[in-house]
Amino acid sequence: MHLLYALISYFEDSALADNIRENDLLFPLVESVHVLSICLVVGSILVVDLRLLGLASINRPVSRVTNGILPLTWSAFAVAVASGSLLFISNATKYLENGYFVAKILLICAAGLNMVVFHFISARDLPKWEKEKTLPFSARLAGGLSILLWVSVVTCGRWIGFTMQVH
Amino acid sequence: MFDLGLSEFSKWLAATEVSHVIQTTTWIIPTLQTIHILSVAAVFSAAILVDLRIWRLIERDEPLPEMARRFLPTIWPVLVILLVTGSLLIIGEPRRSLLNSTFYLKMALLVVAILLTIGLQRSISSSPNSWDRDRWRRIVGRFAATVSILVWCGILFAGRWIAYTQAG
Repeated sequence: MHLLYALISYFEDSALADNIRENDLLFPLVESVHVLSICLVVGSILVVDLRLLGLASINRPVSRVTNGILPLTWSAFAVAVASGSLLFISNATKYLENGYFVAKILLICAAGLNMVVFHFISARDLPKWEKEKTLPFSARLAGGLSILLWVSVVTCGRWIGFTMQVH
Repeated sequence: MFDLGLSEFSKWLAATEVSHVIQTTTWIIPTLQTIHILSVAAVFSAAILVDLRIWRLIERDEPLPEMARRFLPTIWPVLVILLVTGSLLIIGEPRRSLLNSTFYLKMALLVVAILLTIGLQRSISSSPNSWDRDRWRRIVGRFAATVSILVWCGILFAGRWIAYTQAG
């Protein structure tokens, strides 16, 4: 934990963080990239979630939907993490003190855990049922949870802007 | 750049009962913004997914007309949600957008995006078979898809930028 804090303050004191903090254009620019990539993450993962719930793309097997969409989701997620990290190091101490920021990170971890559970446990026998319109309960649960978690991530993200003044 | 009318109108709007409620109830604006950004995510992703399919970057095994049928129709009802939440946000903080050139840039880009999407939706459904084979159509399609991606990104950037360019 001590090491983590040392690492965070190292980044927070870096010239890069200083630039993002002080430059009037850089922060909104990185923030816009962050919003844009999160929109793509949430919007594209929603396609998969709705398929799992049997509400959309029902004519396509689950694996075809995930193979088609998830590469985009992961690319956008990588951009979101990179831009988010830049925003974070510009004011790391303040972000860590913000409850909504901490909640957002935990919710993203929960969304990841939900995905891992679905992928390695619920979807082990995927080929057996992936063409069905109505999927097993565990798959529908994963889809529903995912929507709930990502909506909460966005909600916390928006609330960070109202509960801490970085500018 | 703006005539006095807009400033007067903003002042009048800000003095209305509805605006007062939005201004003084602390959770309303963040909630509206959250619904707004979630709707933006849906519309933006739907448009981008079809644009990327036109470029054959995703869902290559799915015919383009099927892709367009899956995603483009969702744009219209969600745009209504965006219009409603956006209008309420303007009523709550009229000066933030109505006296802000970034807001008008966003609206102008939105009109372009809507026209592009209508055009794309119509031309795909009117000749569903020729999209991946006809060379000329492929070039026009890719051009339209590129413009669409740029315009939608522009809308998101302008949207975020409204917060940084509002009149004092």
